[in-house]
Amino acid sequence: MSGARPNPVAEPVAQWRRWLVLGLLSLGAATVVGRAFQLQVLERDFLRQEGNKRHIRTMLIPAHRGAITDRRGEPLALSAPVESLWAVPSALLDSPQHVTALAKLLNKNPRAFEKFLAQRKDRKFVYISDPLPPADAQRALSLKAPGVFSEPAYARYYPAGEVAGQIVGFTGRDGDGLEGIEKAQETLLSGKAGSRRVIRDRQGRVVDDTLESVAAASGKDVQLTIDLRIQYLAYRELKAAVAENKAKGGLIVVADSTTGEILAVASQPGFNPNNPPERRSSGTRNRAIVDSFEPGSTVKPLLVAQALELGVYQPTSMIDTTPGTYKVGALTVRDVHPQGVVDLAKMLAKSSNVGAAKVGLTIGAESVWSGYQRFGLGEPVYSGFPGESNPLLRHYSEWGQIATATASYGYGLSVNALHLVRAYAALANDGLMPHLRLVQNEQATPPQRAVSAQTARNVRKMLEGVVSPDGTGIRAAIPGYRVSAKTGTVRKVSETGGYHGDKHQSVFIGMVPAEHPRLVGLVMIDEPGAGAYYGGLVAGPVFSRVMQGAARQLQIPPDDMPPPPPRTMAQPGTASPVQLAQHGTLPPPSPEQAR
Amino acid sequence: MIAEVIYRVRRGGPDKPEPGMADLLESWHIDMWLLLLLATVAGLGMFVIYSASGHSIPAVVNQAERFLLGLFVMAVVAQAPPEFYRMLAPWLYGLTLLLLLLVEVIGDHAMGAQRWLDLGFIRFQPSELMKLAMPMTLAAFLHHRRLPPRPLTLLASLVILGVPTVLIMVQPDLGTSMLVIAAGGFTLFFAGLQWRWILGALAAVGAAAPILWERLHDYQRKRILTLLDPESDPLGAGYHITQSKIAIGSGGLFGKGWLEGTQAKLEFLPEAHTDFIFAVFAEELGLISVLVLLSVYLCIVGRCLWIAVRAQDSFQRLLAGALGMTFFIYVFINIGMVIGLLPVVGVPLPLFSFGGTSMVSLLAGFGMLMSIHTHRKLLAN
Repeated sequence: MSGARPNPVAEPVAQWRRWLVLGLLSLGAATVVGRAFQLQVLERDFLRQEGNKRHIRTMLIPAHRGAITDRRGEPLALSAPVESLWAVPSALLDSPQHVTALAKLLNKNPRAFEKFLAQRKDRKFVYISDPLPPADAQRALSLKAPGVFSEPAYARYYPAGEVAGQIVGFTGRDGDGLEGIEKAQETLLSGKAGSRRVIRDRQGRVVDDTLESVAAASGKDVQLTIDLRIQYLAYRELKAAVAENKAKGGLIVVADSTTGEILAVASQPGFNPNNPPERRSSGTRNRAIVDSFEPGSTVKPLLVAQALELGVYQPTSMIDTTPGTYKVGALTVRDVHPQGVVDLAKMLAKSSNVGAAKVGLTIGAESVWSGYQRFGLGEPVYSGFPGESNPLLRHYSEWGQIATATASYGYGLSVNALHLVRAYAALANDGLMPHLRLVQNEQATPPQRAVSAQTARNVRKMLEGVVSPDGTGIRAAIPGYRVSAKTGTVRKVSETGGYHGDKHQSVFIGMVPAEHPRLVGLVMIDEPGAGAYYGGLVAGPVFSRVMQGAARQLQIPPDDMPPPPPRTMAQPGTASPVQLAQHGTLPPPSPEQAR
Repeated sequence: MIAEVIYRVRRGGPDKPEPGMADLLESWHIDMWLLLLLATVAGLGMFVIYSASGHSIPAVVNQAERFLLGLFVMAVVAQAPPEFYRMLAPWLYGLTLLLLLLVEVIGDHAMGAQRWLDLGFIRFQPSELMKLAMPMTLAAFLHHRRLPPRPLTLLASLVILGVPTVLIMVQPDLGTSMLVIAAGGFTLFFAGLQWRWILGALAAVGAAAPILWERLHDYQRKRILTLLDPESDPLGAGYHITQSKIAIGSGGLFGKGWLEGTQAKLEFLPEAHTDFIFAVFAEELGLISVLVLLSVYLCIVGRCLWIAVRAQDSFQRLLAGALGMTFFIYVFINIGMVIGLLPVVGVPLPLFSFGGTSMVSLLAGFGMLMSIHTHRKLLAN
């Protein structure tokens, strides 16, 4: 190997260099094989799992949510299949003509839509439409825009809208009940979502869904005790009265006094569950159940019932309310109009605070308290409605003379509307207090005895006087029916302590027909601002119109109708209660009622 | 069969000792073994391309056309004697260098790198040509010189090697520049480069590594770091490696079956039919097939080295050896990257991956090997 060669013949490569080359080759090959062995044999299971994690997805199959209906099967909430479109923004943005086409189809401004996507470029999942009818979603999918998919779901519709909105409540985007019965009966309504295992590619498209799947179990329907016809009437009349009286709000409850089934419950302001923005308004509050107030004069009949039950007073007992004021310690109880010496019936008819305070102080704090307890003012209603308010009735041992006197005419304790309805249902039901229900198939709890049948009848009889020309509630009279009722005009508690001079809650509660009551109704108008504020004047007319309509719908025979012939002999031609009512002795119905 | 008949007719009868297929092809300057091995790799590749491209017949046809074009170029190249390539080498080197400079000026951008040259009728990467021009030129340069090379010769060789490498590196194309260095380096190695120079070069690279690291692009640095810890960023820089390891690993011993791989079909594996085709192959056909493919590749390298051993002058020996070893490095870099041992550089699996220029230039290289092998002269001694 010295000197350049003119015609070089290849010098054999040195032995060690050959070995080096061979060694290099073997080392390379061994490395590759070793690594392949490590991946394909030693780590195979782990890596396979990792792969499956990336492409096998468990997708939920939404379950059909049960319907909510009224007692007669009228739908209040229904589910219909829909599809929501979603997109992977980065994939969709790669194809500008699809962005434009899609925006047009979805009635969006293409520029704004593109901006919307661009802002969410880093995300892998963005909803680009509201839930659409399946046909519309398919039309959008048929554009074959990259990165656009649809997600099946069920949309919830509320056919009764605002009328039953607060009872039914609503569901959220995921289909879970958020308010009202939708929330309360979630487990029953929701059913059980199914699942299927699918293979998805990197873009999220389902490539293969022949893997195992579990079918979804549909939710059960829930039937309410609500009667949509009465509900509608209650809603309409309440709304009109709140507007007419320029009130802040109001509520109404109608219940079957024998079974405890709630036939209608509404409050104002209301909301439409079909309109998502309204779902955040205060209108969603079902004030009749979730709000408490001081019952005021409406507890006086309960006090009287207790006094009769104890035997301390008789229906004929007289009470001296002169001179219309009554000093209890530092408190001076006042009547609006001095009534002189009155019996219990007149005391109730004229709603004398002085009389009630005297009755209360006579029977004593413990008896007043236990009387209210008998009527359930100290325990929850257990209506099953979410957010039901608890009553506030302090123990009598904390009551002094003043507290006993004020409690006798309904201050110093608070209840919700259902408490009063339940207590009055006990009076209506001859002393048996039913359990109030909103849901039909719920197991009925047996009624509790509050007072004796005789006491209940006596008080009912007295309450007929309220709806008489002499009483505070004559505006609540119903043609053809006798009504037992009580008015209440409650001063509202001021935020600064004490009571407002000019803010009232006007309450009217009563039962129809007075002889054998079937219905109990409560109307409360909150802060009427158009002058009148007495319960009988403001809430009474609403009570009258709604109860009359309800009695007609339920074909409750009027009091002054001759007893009906035996059912088996009923003739199709017999006059309806309405016709009879119109020829009755009471004033003819207002134009409103004639509608 | 038909070829044999024609051969016999030409030879003028069956009285002479019966020549085999290999001899027949050799008379046309084609090496049968090399041809068979290359066709095996390319054929396997087409099956996998069909699967990895989402059952695309056009992709397979395209690849087949390219392979046939490559075979044609190979056959043409094999016809000229090695001396022709020794003469051609400096000219080819100069031309390629010119094209590389041209790329710097007017080249097309693709995937963020300036590699492509559009000559109107054909778009190609001049750096690809350099993989051939480099060993040819160095071998030709060393052919007349004293071996092992003296320092001055070595210095000149390093300049020949360095200039185009730097040009390719700035494109930036790390993978190809490494292959060019490998081609040149093996030429020098086979030329008998002394140990002290080899060790010296390795030491120099070691010393220069921090400087080189500084000069690397962010994404290149990231790739190397990712290699050390792919799980640190499985959705970003580590994405390729993670998906590729999953694909290979889930193949197991026997694979999921052809067309049954999920990583590529579901688009989790990027570049599935080009740079990462080995992962698809391993997922669908398993470790056994990986061993088979690797064996075929080693046989090709072995055949090249065998040709080198039997070569008749320095130029031929150096060129054959360098081409064979470069081919091996080529395979090793791709597989090493796919199995997560080397950083992700854009090097396709030779003859297997779906792709353009590399197929033709590789087969042209094998054409020269065949030329070397089939133009041997009988020596007097």
